[in-house]
Amino acid sequence: MKVGVLALQGDVSEHAQTLSDLGADPVEVRTPEAFGAVDALILPGGESTTMSMLLDSSDLFEPIMDRLADGMPAFGTCAGMILLAKVVLDGRTDQRSFGVLDIAVRRNAFGRQVDSFESDLDVDGLGQVHAVFIRAPYVERVGDDVEVLARVDDHPVLCRQGHVLAAAFHPELSGDLRLHELFLREVS
Amino acid sequence: MERQTGTERVKRGLAEMLRGGVIMDVVTPEQAKIAEDAGAVAVMALERVPADIRRDGGVARMSDPAMIEGIKAAVTVPVMAKARIGHFAEAQVLEALGVDYVDESEVLTPADDAHHIDKWAFTVPFVCGATNLGEALRRISEGAAMIRSKGEAGSGNIVEAVRHLRMILGDIRKITQADSAEVYNWAKELRAPVSLVQELHDTGHLPVPLFCAGGIATPADASLVMQLGAEAVFVGSGIFKSEDPAVRAKAIVEATAHFRDPHIVAKVSRGLGEAMKGQEIAELEVKLAERGW
Repeated sequence: MKVGVLALQGDVSEHAQTLSDLGADPVEVRTPEAFGAVDALILPGGESTTMSMLLDSSDLFEPIMDRLADGMPAFGTCAGMILLAKVVLDGRTDQRSFGVLDIAVRRNAFGRQVDSFESDLDVDGLGQVHAVFIRAPYVERVGDDVEVLARVDDHPVLCRQGHVLAAAFHPELSGDLRLHELFLREVS
Repeated sequence: MERQTGTERVKRGLAEMLRGGVIMDVVTPEQAKIAEDAGAVAVMALERVPADIRRDGGVARMSDPAMIEGIKAAVTVPVMAKARIGHFAEAQVLEALGVDYVDESEVLTPADDAHHIDKWAFTVPFVCGATNLGEALRRISEGAAMIRSKGEAGSGNIVEAVRHLRMILGDIRKITQADSAEVYNWAKELRAPVSLVQELHDTGHLPVPLFCAGGIATPADASLVMQLGAEAVFVGSGIFKSEDPAVRAKAIVEATAHFRDPHIVAKVSRGLGEAMKGQEIAELEVKLAERGW
């Protein structure tokens, strides 16, 4: 099973390492050719505005959009959640997202870096997960088909819709494999 | 749920999010917008780019808070700002302003000729420059959450950045092969804590991300330092001292993302106009990289 990690920018190696630890075969995706060989895609943490621009200039936006529409499993963390969202609040006007997750997400909703934090989180079905939030977004509205798996102060921070999973935090930074494991079950 | 802010993981985490990206020096909100439009992952707010600091001389200090606030308001990406080496009061001001990273920088005139800032005492994370592995490890032991190779800021010349990266990464490669007695000797030679040298020996990399700064002027420069092992690049004078900053900035962003693909680097390098002029290192009156202890 080849799982792609979008590798235009961000914490790509942590996702790749987590996938390797779970026995999956991570592939760094920077080109349409590399993307064509993967069964699923992780959208890592990083700067969503930079990734949005590079998705266009690297001719990756349309192919990824098409595969997502066909039901390709995807997992986004932080910037990745923003890229999957239907509505992006406090974004740049030219910022593009795939819109396959029916949520409205606010960028940097928890504040600037001095407000970044780590905390234990109750996740539906998994129990307590240690979560790292870096200039993190949170979700302000969810559609009827979206399942909310975890919240901070009533704000959804972990959502699932069909084969698409998205976290406002970074499971790839805390060494907890369970969310990636949950995602890999969607893939297989 | 208890929230812990300013932890090691949270500080290093933001550096990890910036990997593969370009951090650009900007002196006005307009330049900050150009940088963000071009795909910068963060901007460094300062009053003068290093090339101008070099030209003007005098004491270079932390920027005017009003200028930093103007830049913060202009962009959505992280904003960094520089404090003088050892000037913890400037760093406190920058933290109070809510900047996302403080650069304890040799580009400004040092405020302390023996001590760097105790960076563990802050919630805001710090990046520090290094010319060699010992300097990098000393900064990490003081709490730096990101290291950038210094290069020679404002020179437009990549040779020092390459030298510093090779010094740092070459010694790391040697340490991974060292036996236990040699690890102690390395710590002594590097004037660095044994625990950090032991960690390098065991993991093969620094415990914080290693970025590159000082002299990047072209997309191929960015590709070069990324291939040598830098994880992201800082571009100072190289963008806004060139003929067409917006086009050059975007080209450097694309070359950094696709640093291993010479066809893409070639494509984005076409028709960028004049790069900044740059200087031979031997002709420089002041070597900024020599500041820091």
